[in-house]
Amino acid sequence: MDVVVLVKYVPDPAGTPKIGEDLLVQREGTDGTLDPGDEYAVEAGLQAVEAHGGEVTLVSMGPEIAMGAIRKGLSMGAHQGVLVTDPALRGADALATARVLAATIGRRPFDLVLTGAESTDGYTGTLPMAVAELLGVPALTFARRIHLEGDGVRIERQTDLGYDVLEGPLPALVSVTGSAAEPRYATLKGIMASKTKPVEQLALADLGLSPGDVAPTQHVRSVSPAAVKGPGEIVEGDEALARIVGFLAEAKVI
Amino acid sequence: MTTIWVYAEVGPEGPAGSALELLTRARTLADEVAAVALGPGATVAAGALGGHGAATVYASDEPVYAKVVGRAAAHALGELARRHAPEMIWFPTSHEGRDVAGRLQAITGSTLMSNASDVLSPDRAVTQIYGDTQVVEVALEGPDPKLVLVRPKSFVAEPSGGAASIVPVEVPVPEELRWPRRIERHEEAASGPKLEDARVVISGGRGLQDPSNFALLDRLADAIGGAAVGATRAVVDAGWVPYSQQVGQTGKTVKPEVYVAIGISGATQHVVGMKGSRRILAINKDPQAPIFGLADLGVVGDALALVPQLIEEIERRGGTG
Repeated sequence: MDVVVLVKYVPDPAGTPKIGEDLLVQREGTDGTLDPGDEYAVEAGLQAVEAHGGEVTLVSMGPEIAMGAIRKGLSMGAHQGVLVTDPALRGADALATARVLAATIGRRPFDLVLTGAESTDGYTGTLPMAVAELLGVPALTFARRIHLEGDGVRIERQTDLGYDVLEGPLPALVSVTGSAAEPRYATLKGIMASKTKPVEQLALADLGLSPGDVAPTQHVRSVSPAAVKGPGEIVEGDEALARIVGFLAEAKVI
Repeated sequence: MTTIWVYAEVGPEGPAGSALELLTRARTLADEVAAVALGPGATVAAGALGGHGAATVYASDEPVYAKVVGRAAAHALGELARRHAPEMIWFPTSHEGRDVAGRLQAITGSTLMSNASDVLSPDRAVTQIYGDTQVVEVALEGPDPKLVLVRPKSFVAEPSGGAASIVPVEVPVPEELRWPRRIERHEEAASGPKLEDARVVISGGRGLQDPSNFALLDRLADAIGGAAVGATRAVVDAGWVPYSQQVGQTGKTVKPEVYVAIGISGATQHVVGMKGSRRILAINKDPQAPIFGLADLGVVGDALALVPQLIEEIERRGGTG
């Protein structure tokens, strides 16, 4: 089974990302990591090849520093990586990103593409579907469980009220939520091994794409602070209980 | 002339509230507003959609749209957009909205903006980032239709008193596009009021330390009466409570009279789903927790000790029910 996992390098989710003078998120010179949402997809990919054989290939688009996300996935156990880096991709939007990732995946046969449900920095949450459309495969999205059976895949899709069961033939794309698989920790051995695993580096031209194919279709006009009501009252210690009761009573809910 | 379409999620129980919210806003911006309703319940929903501003409802009751997740609707919508050329199509930021819009973007090659909090004009939309501390105005460029996914409850639905003409959607869905298929639906039994409707929402996060402590929140909800219990993504992912209780970017958006955040740090993911609450009470051990930045009342303390005392006190007073 040939499994491709899409991974993204994101600014450290625990920190506050910086916005540059060009109104784009600064990705270089800031602490970053493999998107935690993608770790679930990497884990699901590793479990798939452990059960059915084959290899996991990580695919990422981003500046040179995004190699950090690929190395992290390799240290968890993925077999190889592909990183697409090109100056023309700076500020790329969801459609451009989908075109690049689909072109990269489409170079070789694959059975299963795995992604996180959404990125932790952008939260756009539509990239998996756009990639699936460009590849011409079914997208089974928001999976909390994945079962691979023969030449098909079946998932439990999270819904507002519970879950739905979806099925489709392979090759297919599956996006996973945080409930899909608890990501394994990279072992020291895994980290050492990751340093010698192959990572292919590609530019836009290697994919047969031109800068026009990835030109941004959105521009940030302005970023301004939201109106804030300011921090309210803070209490602690012995007065807390009485103050909470007073607060709820003022709101007329008790 | 500006034409805006709203992708209306429909079911046997009627149109989703999101569709009525979006139509209410769309009719203030567009000369012509239409809704696209696909799947069982579509034709019946046209009444409510027309009553909120859709002059036209493109409707099909074909079961294929409910059975085939996202792909059949994206295919039909792509074909309709090609024929009628709307400037914009709006979607709710829901799983289904994302499934359809994400695929449609690849079909039409047009721009897509997610998590919008408002649309200002056919080429301008607004979102909020970093826990909604920053407002970002975005210019939408490239070919029409511009696709915008709008956060739930960004607008209040108001009837227009109008009526829609129904245009049947007759777009064949090729056999090879009829995947993936939904083969089962499971609804997890929920007790008490729905999160979106409750006057009081009590949510818990990692600070509760152990899944068994979530029972405290249920007891507090019972004591208050008419309260629903929510949770952060972190504890849903950890399997403490089902996804149906998740409040936040990838869960539900709530705007209750009172929101009680217990052991919740205040990550962006969570905050965007509850910051529109009328009053916010936060209980957290960590005085630096970002949640205190938006709480009307912040209590620095141990929730596991405080909540049982609070339940006792409310029960002693006698709830309003």
